[in-house]
Amino acid sequence: MIQTDILIIGAGPVGLFTVFEAGLLKLRCHLIDSLPQAGGQCSEIYPKKPIYDIPGYPSILAGELIDKLQEQIAPFKPGFTLGERAQIIQKDDQGQFVVTTNKGTIHRAPNIAIAGGLGCFEPRKPPISNISDFEDKGVEYIIKDPEFYRDKKVVVSGGGDSALDWTIFLSDVASEVSLVHRREGFRGALDSVEKVMELSKTGKINLITSAEVVGLNGKGSLEEVVIKHKEKGEFNKHTDHFVPLFGLSPKLGPIGEWGLNITRNAIEVNTFDYSTNIEGVYAIGDINTYPGKLKLILCGFHEATLMVQSAFKRIYPDKNLVLKYTTVNGVNGF
Amino acid sequence: MSDITIYIEDRDGQGHSFKAPTDMNMNLMELCKANDLDVEGTCGGMAMCASCHCYVLSDHALHPKSEDEEDMLDQAFFVEEHSRLACQIPLRKALDGLKIKLAPNGA
Repeated sequence: MIQTDILIIGAGPVGLFTVFEAGLLKLRCHLIDSLPQAGGQCSEIYPKKPIYDIPGYPSILAGELIDKLQEQIAPFKPGFTLGERAQIIQKDDQGQFVVTTNKGTIHRAPNIAIAGGLGCFEPRKPPISNISDFEDKGVEYIIKDPEFYRDKKVVVSGGGDSALDWTIFLSDVASEVSLVHRREGFRGALDSVEKVMELSKTGKINLITSAEVVGLNGKGSLEEVVIKHKEKGEFNKHTDHFVPLFGLSPKLGPIGEWGLNITRNAIEVNTFDYSTNIEGVYAIGDINTYPGKLKLILCGFHEATLMVQSAFKRIYPDKNLVLKYTTVNGVNGF
Repeated sequence: MSDITIYIEDRDGQGHSFKAPTDMNMNLMELCKANDLDVEGTCGGMAMCASCHCYVLSDHALHPKSEDEEDMLDQAFFVEEHSRLACQIPLRKALDGLKIKLAPNGA
């Protein structure tokens, strides 16, 4: 079990900066994030895009901002549980929160800071009505172990880099690989596109363009996909696996069931200390809402700073906090 | 006045008519959000999510799609010939009377 003072859910810029402000108050932090790396959207969606409204930086790449935040918080030795989604929250008999991830990792803390941004990133699921019936019974949204597909028939769908890359990789593993894409052209990396075209020419893969997978059939497990071609209409194709690769999109996820007051996918907070309706649970950054809310990284930094003061008072109700300037006192890590 | 009128059919099939300014550097996704339509605008307008996917119903001449927009539409669902990402359509005078329909929400 991982014990900490503030358990931060979401390792985006706001979650990371919370570690710094908490550290100044000698509070320890641990972060959970569903993505395999820290940085949230900044790392996952737009690492190479410049941000122009971080005070003191006329321009900084999103990925660079994350690197700098990591450097800034390093003295406070934060813990990380990455690639796992915070799933269940409970309160133990000592009034501490116990948060368990989808992989069973248990965390315990007197304070929770939800800095979940837009939620956790999950694979986009094609709108096929019975797709959930076949999940893990032939339909996989993520390829974990390519060996799983050895000597199997696989239909991959999508037009981005991951669809291209996995099609190329699986062509050596699976007995048959088909790639279904809605357009004629691909926009992925040029050499991947060329490789896929070549594999198609030599008959190593079936390339089915201007087409979409619109249906799934099977008794118990997946047996065939229904493919709709723009001109030729619908036809069925026998397969063992269907792997739709349409990228990731954020979903509020399990946090939505934690009993928090939620308006339009955002958690309602009191702007005094960004506390939620559950005492000891705070929400900061893009995931919260209040009158006048702006979804800006810099507002999230402000929210984190005020929030840790309140968390401190919950842990040490009898101690008075005096604001200490880093310029005077420096940064004293753990 | 530099306002134009934009017609938007929401995800429930209900039509709305909005006056939109052309001098505020706004795009169509932002217009939807400003009017409380069910458009998330997750990526903030970088053509990096498809939450503002819409269909252009009128025959206004729009600039062609960028590679980024095409890329993102490849990852969207219910994509049609006249699909666009609303965040990639800046509001300008020539778009007066533009009519769009929000695409169904992807899963």
